[in-house]
Amino acid sequence: MTIKLKDICNQQDRLAPGHRACTGCSETTIVRQVLQAINGPVVVATPTGCLEIITSPYPFTSWRVPWIHVAFESVASVLAGIETANRSLVKQGKIKDQDIHFVAFAGDGATYDIGLQFISGAIERGHKFLYICLNNEAYMNTGIQRSSATPQGAWTTTSPVGKVLPGKTQPRKDLTAIIAAHNIPYVAQAAPHAWRDLMTKVQKAVAADGPSFINVLSPCPRGWRYEPNETIAISRLAADSCVWPLYEVDHGSCRLNYKPSQRSPLIDWLKSQGRFGHLLRPENKPLVDELENWVANEWARLVKRCQ
Amino acid sequence: MQETQYVKGKFVALEGDRVVAEVMRQINPDVVAAYPITPQTEVVQTFSEFVADGRVDTEFIAVESEHAAMSACIGASAAGARALTATCGAGLALMWEMLWCASGLRCPIAMAVVNRSLSAPLNILTDQTDMMGARDTGWIQIYAENHQEVYDNAIQAVRIAEHPDVVLPVMHGLAGFVLGHTLGRVEMLPDEVVKEFVGSYKPRYSLLDIEHPTTFGAYDHWDYFFEHKRQQWEGMNCALKVIAEVGEEYGKLTGRHYGLVEPYMLEDAEVAIVIIGSAAGAVRVAADQMRAQGVKAGMLKIRCFRPFPPSAVAGALKDKKAIAVMDRSSCFGAEGNPVFIEVCSSLFQRGIRAKVVDYTYGLGGRDTVPGEFCQVYRDLLQVVQTGVAEPVFRYLGLRDF
Repeated sequence: MTIKLKDICNQQDRLAPGHRACTGCSETTIVRQVLQAINGPVVVATPTGCLEIITSPYPFTSWRVPWIHVAFESVASVLAGIETANRSLVKQGKIKDQDIHFVAFAGDGATYDIGLQFISGAIERGHKFLYICLNNEAYMNTGIQRSSATPQGAWTTTSPVGKVLPGKTQPRKDLTAIIAAHNIPYVAQAAPHAWRDLMTKVQKAVAADGPSFINVLSPCPRGWRYEPNETIAISRLAADSCVWPLYEVDHGSCRLNYKPSQRSPLIDWLKSQGRFGHLLRPENKPLVDELENWVANEWARLVKRCQ
Repeated sequence: MQETQYVKGKFVALEGDRVVAEVMRQINPDVVAAYPITPQTEVVQTFSEFVADGRVDTEFIAVESEHAAMSACIGASAAGARALTATCGAGLALMWEMLWCASGLRCPIAMAVVNRSLSAPLNILTDQTDMMGARDTGWIQIYAENHQEVYDNAIQAVRIAEHPDVVLPVMHGLAGFVLGHTLGRVEMLPDEVVKEFVGSYKPRYSLLDIEHPTTFGAYDHWDYFFEHKRQQWEGMNCALKVIAEVGEEYGKLTGRHYGLVEPYMLEDAEVAIVIIGSAAGAVRVAADQMRAQGVKAGMLKIRCFRPFPPSAVAGALKDKKAIAVMDRSSCFGAEGNPVFIEVCSSLFQRGIRAKVVDYTYGLGGRDTVPGEFCQVYRDLLQVVQTGVAEPVFRYLGLRDF
C-alpha cells in the first residue's frame, strides 16, 4: 500500500485542531500520522498523560473518533476489554462487524514503567490492537521526571545535575526488545521525521493478525530543552546518530529501516538539547565517551540482529 | 464441568463460589475479566470450564491481575458490553483506583466479592474489611447471608446496576469460606427465567458506535467535576428505590422478597442486634434462644450498605431500648466502625437517642457462634438495666492476653 502525500492532504484529520499541546510538540503530529495511515474505523484509548489532557478538557474534545481515557497505568487492559467486547458482540450477532482497529497512544511513563505489566499481559493474551508508545523519554506531563526510557546522562527534575551526579546514571530500558521478546506479530521503532516509514509501519501493524507495538520517539521541546521549531530536525538527528534506530521485527524477522551513510557523532546529538548541556563540560568527557561506546555497541548489536 | 441443572421444586447443594459461577453462566454476559485469588478462585475456575465447554457465549479474559480485570471490565462496559467479574480481599484492594473509575465513568459492572480480610499479617479468611474499605468508591454494595441469597443477589445485581436511573457498578458480598467453600441449599431458577429477568443490556453510549464518536473519561476540571460527582450522587440516591423495586419484582417471581434491610423478631423487641452478612444466621439462633428465655430479642440485618438506607434502619430501631451494632471490620482511629457510624448517624439525624454499642467481631475468619450473640443480648439487658452504655466499643470473641 503506497502512501501518497496527496491522499493524506485530502483526508479529514481524526484529531481536530485547537488542542492544547505545547508549540513544537511532536505527539499530535505522530497521532495524526498514525490515524491517517489506518483505513477504516478506529477506537482510541489513551492513558493519563500529555496527550490525554491536551485533547480532552471537558466540555471540549479533539477526538473525531471514539476515544476513552481511564487511568495512567492500565490502558492496555482497557483496550483489551474494548477489543474483547467487540469480538463478543460481533460473535453473538449483537452488532455488525465494522472491522474496527483498536489503537492505544501512551507515553513512555505509562508504557515502560507503570504500565509494563498491563501491556505484557495484554499482548501475551493476543488481543488484536496497535499500541503506540509516544516516547518523549521522561514524565513530561508532571514536569520532566525521569522514566526508565530516559537516556543515561540526561537531566530531568528527578535526575538533576548536582555536585556529585551528572543527570541520570543508568542507560534506558530496551523496551522494544522486551516487547519483541513476547513474539507478537509486529514490533517497530519509528520517529516522526520519517513519516512515510512510520505510516508504513502502522499499516503493517494493523494488518498483522494479533498485537502490534510501535515505539515512536517523540521529541519534546520543553523537556529536552530545544527551540520548538527544531522538533523534526531533532527527530532526524536521533536516527542519524543511531541514538534511535528505525527498525522493525516483522513476524520475528528483524529489519533495519534506515542506515545512515555515516553515523553522526553523538556529541552533535548531545549539543542539540539543553538536557545534555552539562555533558559538554570537560569533567564529563569520560561519561560522553562511555555514552558514545554504548550507542556504537547497541547499534552494532542491532545491525547484527538484522543481518 | 457439568452445569447444575434446574429441576422444578428441587433444591440443589452448591458451594457459594459455585453458586456465583452458575449465576454467571445463566446470565451469559458478553465479557468476564477475572483473576484467581483465594477464596474466590473457584468462581473463576468454574466459569472457565463453562467457557471451555461452550456453555456460554462469553469472551473470558484471564487477566494478569485484578487491576487489569477491573480495567478490562471498564473498557468492555464502555464498549457497550455486559461485563462481570469477581474478586476478594487483596484483589479488591488492588482494584481500588479502578473502582472509582468504574463508578465515575458510570459503568454498570457487577462483581461478586468473596469477602476476605486484608494483610498484614497475611490472612485469607473472611471478614468485611475488603468491602468496607471500598464503601466510598461509588459502588452499590449488597451482602448475602446464605447460599440462597448469594444466588438471588448475583441475579439482582445486574438489574440494579443497569437500571437507567442508576447506571452504577454493584458489588455483592459473600463470606469467604463460610459461604464460598461450604455447601448450602439453593433453589435455582431455569436459565431462561434468569435471562429474561436480567434482560439485555442497552448502553446509552458505546465506544463501538462508530457513527457517533463519543469521548469517554475526559479531563474534568474545577468547572465541571463537582457537578459530575453530584450526578453520581443522584444515581446512588435512585438506587435505594431501585434495589427495593428489583427485590420486590424478584419476590413475585420466586417467592423470595428482598428489601434494603431485613428485620427478624424485631417488631416487639427491646434489645436488638444489627448485623451484615453470614453471621446473621447465628444471630437468628441466638434471638430464638433468648426469646425462649423470655427476653425480647430481635435482629436487624442490613442487606444494602451502599447506598445506606437510613430511614429503614432508623425506623426499625427507633423504639429499641439498647442496640448492638456488629462490625466485621475495623476502622482504626475512628469514632466507631463503619456499620456503627452509619447506624448512629441515621438515628441522630432523626432525633433518636438510643443506647448503642459497637462490637468488633470475627476478624480474620474467627468464628462467632450463637452463644456469643446470646452474651451480646445479655450485655444489652445490662445496658437497659443500668442505663449505662459504656464501654461503647467492645470486642466479641477476642482473647485477652
